[in-house]
Amino acid sequence: MPMQAQLDRRAAVAALLGDRKDTLVVSGLGSPTYDLHSVGDHDGNFYLWGAMGGAALIGLGLAQAQPGKRVLALTGDGEQLMGLGGIATIGVARPRNLDIVVIDNQHFGETGMQASHTGRGVDLTTIATACGFAATGTVRTLAEVDRLAAEIASPADGPRLFVIKVLAENPPRSLPSRDAVFIKNRFRAHLGFAAA
Amino acid sequence: MHSPKPNPEARGSEDWPSELYRILKAAGVGQMSYVPDAGHSQLIRLFSADRDVTTNVLTTEEEGIAVAAGAWLGGQRSVLLMQSSGVGNCINMLSLSAIGRFPLLMLVTMRGEWAEFNPWQVPMSRATQPSLEAIGLKVMRAETAEDLVDTVESAAALAYESDQQIAVLIGQRLIGKKKW
Repeated sequence: MPMQAQLDRRAAVAALLGDRKDTLVVSGLGSPTYDLHSVGDHDGNFYLWGAMGGAALIGLGLAQAQPGKRVLALTGDGEQLMGLGGIATIGVARPRNLDIVVIDNQHFGETGMQASHTGRGVDLTTIATACGFAATGTVRTLAEVDRLAAEIASPADGPRLFVIKVLAENPPRSLPSRDAVFIKNRFRAHLGFAAA
Repeated sequence: MHSPKPNPEARGSEDWPSELYRILKAAGVGQMSYVPDAGHSQLIRLFSADRDVTTNVLTTEEEGIAVAAGAWLGGQRSVLLMQSSGVGNCINMLSLSAIGRFPLLMLVTMRGEWAEFNPWQVPMSRATQPSLEAIGLKVMRAETAEDLVDTVESAAALAYESDQQIAVLIGQRLIGKKKW
């Protein structure tokens, strides 16, 4: 059986992104979007309220368009499981500025807390390794999250995927704008592109 | 510039992939994503040989919808190549382009409609245009090489300059009968 997680997801995401500098962040549908917003709204955040399975791939297109910036796809185990093929696509594309961080509560938290595949033994880091990712890892404590924050701020030879094991709970929602056009234009303006 | 030369062996309307490549380059396309397809093979080769364009091979078509949105967030124009059987895979992900008004240009080679040998291609062929329209895309169709080149030029302007989500369907008659 997988080891029981003790880490609070909000504390973990706050530690991960407390000193994000100019990192661009795409968050996956559900709790990771609330987690990202709970750390503080930011023009360099693109929040998904849908597009299941797409967070890491939006991260890929963004990372390729902005090779000088670090890009982080912050997502959940359910969202990333829906985009498993995308891990192969990203492995082949081999961007040096894209990290995927999976906030893994091992459950489908939005839909009734059923155990997810990661809660039944599927290991996303092994999949990423098999797809040629430059680095992977699993963290379970706040001290390890602090070390992970330092690692993702450092240069990489290719894409990296890290799993943060967290408690299966739904903290109070922290809701960003649901207006995708607004979030898109704000994000592009942050990078210096005029709204059309 | 590192753009590869179009294939000198092919000429005129026979060489529509080279014309599409020229038009897409002129439209400022910097990323191309694709699911492999025989009808697109020359265009895939041209883009893959172009060091100024980033290409991604996908495991399934909907990945390309997300990649195109990410490219636009980062300031690049992207084009997505697939065949009609893959359109069905894209429908939920197309919510992203529709709700975010992300520019989207998909070039879709049709299967299952003209001298198709595989009956399994026919149902999705029938569903391609209605399902794209149901999720909010504008669908443009071309049946001749000349029409296709004009259509893609217009579609690229509409997509990238007017923030539209467009699928150009390339009639199977234009691709030619698949030889087995």
